[in-house]
Amino acid sequence: MSANLINMLLEATGQTLYMVAVATVIGAVAGLPIGVFLACSRKGELLSAPAVNKVLGILVNATRSVPFIILVVAIIPFTRMVAGTSIGTTAAIVPLTIAAIPFIARLIENAIREVDSGLIEAARAMGATPLQIIRKVLIPEALPGITLGLTLAVVSLIGYSAMVGAVGGEGLGDLGIRYGYQRFMPDVMAAVVVILIVLVQAAQSLGEWIARRVDKRAPRNRGA
Amino acid sequence: MQSDTLAGAAITFDGVGKSFDAKGGSVMALEGVDLAVAPGSITGIIGRSGAGKSTLLRMVNGLERPTTGKVMVGGRDVGTAKGARLREIRREVGMIFQHFNLLASRTVRGNVALPMEIAGVPAAEIRRRTGDLIARVGLEALADRYPAELSGGQKQRVGIARALATGPKVLLSDEATSALDPETTQTVLRLLAEINRDLGLTILMITHEMAVLRDIASHVAVIEGGRIVEQGETYDIFTAPAHPTTRSFLSGVTGVTLPRFLADRLTAERPGGPSREVIRITFLGERATDPLLAEMSAALGVEVNILAGAIEEVGARPFGNLLISVPAERGAEARAYLESHQQRTEVLGYVG
Ligand SMILES: Nc1ncnc2c1ncn2[C@@H]1O[C@H](COP(=O)(O)OP(=O)(O)O)[C@@H](O)[C@H]1O
Ligand SMILES: [Mg+2]
Repeated sequence: MSANLINMLLEATGQTLYMVAVATVIGAVAGLPIGVFLACSRKGELLSAPAVNKVLGILVNATRSVPFIILVVAIIPFTRMVAGTSIGTTAAIVPLTIAAIPFIARLIENAIREVDSGLIEAARAMGATPLQIIRKVLIPEALPGITLGLTLAVVSLIGYSAMVGAVGGEGLGDLGIRYGYQRFMPDVMAAVVVILIVLVQAAQSLGEWIARRVDKRAPRNRGA
Repeated sequence: MQSDTLAGAAITFDGVGKSFDAKGGSVMALEGVDLAVAPGSITGIIGRSGAGKSTLLRMVNGLERPTTGKVMVGGRDVGTAKGARLREIRREVGMIFQHFNLLASRTVRGNVALPMEIAGVPAAEIRRRTGDLIARVGLEALADRYPAELSGGQKQRVGIARALATGPKVLLSDEATSALDPETTQTVLRLLAEINRDLGLTILMITHEMAVLRDIASHVAVIEGGRIVEQGETYDIFTAPAHPTTRSFLSGVTGVTLPRFLADRLTAERPGGPSREVIRITFLGERATDPLLAEMSAALGVEVNILAGAIEEVGARPFGNLLISVPAERGAEARAYLESHQQRTEVLGYVG
């Protein structure tokens, strides 16, 4: 493989990591409050607001049920508005983020709902406000689950990022299609696949490692 | 806790009712509850599962609101308090739970600090008080451990330290020892009694273990089907339970049982021929050791058989239980004699 190709692979890897990282960070920042609200606004819960919960739930489901490739195309006008262009790596971050937000919100909702209701009761008995319960009890207690959820989100986004080549996004997926497939360079295709596998493995292992460290529920984790 | 002068708060329930909406109508969890919990007392609540004990307890810190009536804690109406006012009352009412409800993500120190963080206590003071509280419950060596690394008894000690963190005037305990083994139960109870003595706070506790009440509670309330069916000083309730529910709870905890060969022959009605009346005498207080039976035998000329007996303590006060039999035709006379000497008697039946 030529030095030129290796450079291209490195560059594409960087682009993929950039897209996934930005989408994950924005997705988490926006998904966290939505997820917390989804978990806490159910009937009889901390911020009981069943009607709003229902509407938000439908919205989240609707976004999640649009196939990613269709989402990418459908929001091109919006992407152009936000990124100034609908082509390129930065533009590709927009649909990735739009897909990441509801996905991460659901994962965080699930993690929060796993928290023992006895802890909420104990915090209420201490005189905690709903916001204090969320900040000091729900999020810290759900952290192992949230970490695993974000890991799953990163892995999924690495997969999604391969599709944005379709609208002029770059990165590993795009490289694989343009060189590996269209120019029939099987070594490029193979290299792309191997790098993706390594990225996914690394993300998964790192996520699990962090989750183990923040999980104090089992005695074996002492000293973490 | 040195800087705090803690004193217990009185708790009063005044005509309290509570109904829950349920499928196909509503459930009356409590009805017409009048209860005065004396400041500084340890008051036990007993009753069958579903009787309404937890609902009653949870009204004291406003986790449940009364549908009717009034709940007052330290002169404040908790039943109608909302928002900041309710949270302020809650800081004066600590609570411990059957399953401890500790945060797995925080160390012992972190768990004890939580109520103070919530109350906005400055960090330096939190540090100091956390140390004091952990020392009070004897967990200095484990201050940096996580709950997963503690035994049940240790977890409940953390729960107690946490409940005391904001210097409450009342401590609520909902079956706090039900998940613990008997020995650990004893140490946790001793700790609660010690706290009651040192800090003077009012303790309201739900328990299924009558021995717990006998050892540390000054007052008892018995609840059945959402109503208080009996309440009073532990000593009086244990020595003279009036309600059948109370009796069935106490059977096996106090009072001796009839030897088997007699129990089998016991009849409720006095038989036709010659028979003997079986009487339970409850000796109270100092008289427990008086040679009263010998005196009665001499005074009335009745022949008394002693069948079984035991002396026990409720709190630190002794009381005795004695089963005797006398000729059935002299039963009324013997009971009148004993009653006139301030003993409680109860006819258990007759043997032919
Ligand atoms: N949140 C609730 N919703 C509906 N019914 C409830 C609720 N809490 C308690 N109850 C009902 O009220 C009654 C008393 O419950 P509880 O106070 O928990 O009893 P106990 O603690 O004595 O076992 C029960 O019939 C129970 O099913
Ligand atoms: Mg209960």
